[in-house]
Amino acid sequence: MDWVKALTGNRVWRSIVRHGIRATNRNRVMLVMENVLLHLHPAKVRRRNLELSSTYYLGGLSLTLFAVLVMTGLYLMLYYHPSVPQAYDDMKELQFVVSNGVFLRNMHRWAAHAMVLAVFFHMLRVFYHRAYRPPREFNWVVGVVLLILTLLLSYTGYLLPWDQLSFWAVSVGTNMVKATPVLGPKFRFLLLGGNIVGENALLRFYVLHCALLPLALVLGIAIHLWRVRKDGGVRGSAGRARAAERRNGRVQP
Amino acid sequence: MKPYLLERQSDARVAPKRIALIRSETPARLLDEREETAMTAPHLLVREVILVQVVVIALAVLSLFFDAALEEIADPYRTPNPAKAAWYFLGLQELLHYFPPVVAGVLLPVLVVIGIVVIPYVGVNLEVVGFYERPWKRNLAIVASVVGAVCALLAAYHVWPVLVPTVILFGLMALPGVAFTPDRIRRPLARVPLADWIMTWFVTVAVILTLIGILFRGPGWTWTWPWRDGIY
Repeated sequence: MDWVKALTGNRVWRSIVRHGIRATNRNRVMLVMENVLLHLHPAKVRRRNLELSSTYYLGGLSLTLFAVLVMTGLYLMLYYHPSVPQAYDDMKELQFVVSNGVFLRNMHRWAAHAMVLAVFFHMLRVFYHRAYRPPREFNWVVGVVLLILTLLLSYTGYLLPWDQLSFWAVSVGTNMVKATPVLGPKFRFLLLGGNIVGENALLRFYVLHCALLPLALVLGIAIHLWRVRKDGGVRGSAGRARAAERRNGRVQP
Repeated sequence: MKPYLLERQSDARVAPKRIALIRSETPARLLDEREETAMTAPHLLVREVILVQVVVIALAVLSLFFDAALEEIADPYRTPNPAKAAWYFLGLQELLHYFPPVVAGVLLPVLVVIGIVVIPYVGVNLEVVGFYERPWKRNLAIVASVVGAVCALLAAYHVWPVLVPTVILFGLMALPGVAFTPDRIRRPLARVPLADWIMTWFVTVAVILTLIGILFRGPGWTWTWPWRDGIY
């Protein structure tokens, strides 16, 4: 195809994409190594890890859901004011005024629930496959932080619609915080910007939900994925390796 | 297409030799074997693209048919009965029904988080041999006494939804130690490492508590049947 050759052969194209399009192994390696997003991957992966039963793609599933949440979340921010009672009115606007507003909110809500589940199942998968064993111990800890950040993101987002459901769910949660000895009431005051769940709490949860926590999560994900590479790649179900270890008895830490 | 082959070199100037130094008390054994690999592009990337498409399509379909809940505007003077937290915290809220707030709301969650964080640093979790594949009599006695103490504590606070699965799971775990257990049941159970028993217990309890909180609790946190009274 001449036009493909003309498009991908000229100097401008080659200044952006350095490798050619011929299906050679060199180009396949370059495609991964020369792309800022794809270079999170190694050029080659263990063939076993491509099988579903190896990872169930749960980490990728969590990341995909997070990407969906960022995108739908950005759209929702265009229609949302974190103030009382405008926040609730904005929900009604999504319902009756904004084109596809309900669909947008549904997408964000279901992706959020799914992400909590996906991250939890990801943790279970890693546990039952013993994928946290040395040298991957610290990445397990990073993963636990990511799970907590996911829960906090979901929790802070819960308040934003400012309906009865969200208000009382957050009240129940912050009352639990109050039970902490010594620091509990002070921490609750800091979180809510007052003694009750009110306008200040809504603003603080909005800032946490839309700025602080997503930034922390992106940073955490970057560390998590970087460590996966540094610690020797994805550890799928051990399969044959585990059978060999079983023969050898206990694995030394 | 020609297969991609790495040339094997015996010339030390081209392919550097590697020397492993092993301390005399360490038995030499194979821990890691080079596994068969595949090119990331296209094999992994194609699967990732499919994953993204499946997720987005599934979410879109879900969003077309099921609407996110929206009740009337928040009113601090009108407390719904029951006031429930988000679904993933309902296990904790269920515990709040049995324990004082400082235990259910602070102590237990903190212990759970610490317990999960330290998993890779605790020897039990690094073993891959089944509980009954090593000398087990003393270990079983230790586990039994811990389970007994926990169950006594749970009984004192009437936490039956935790106590019952604890007893059942410990019964399963103890089965291979009982003489008359048939081999068909004994063999798969004996292969399960202690770490798996502990994690399975935790997940089972967490799921049961969460499901009770979501489905079976109504006004005043009384027991309700979802098919008769609906879901609150």
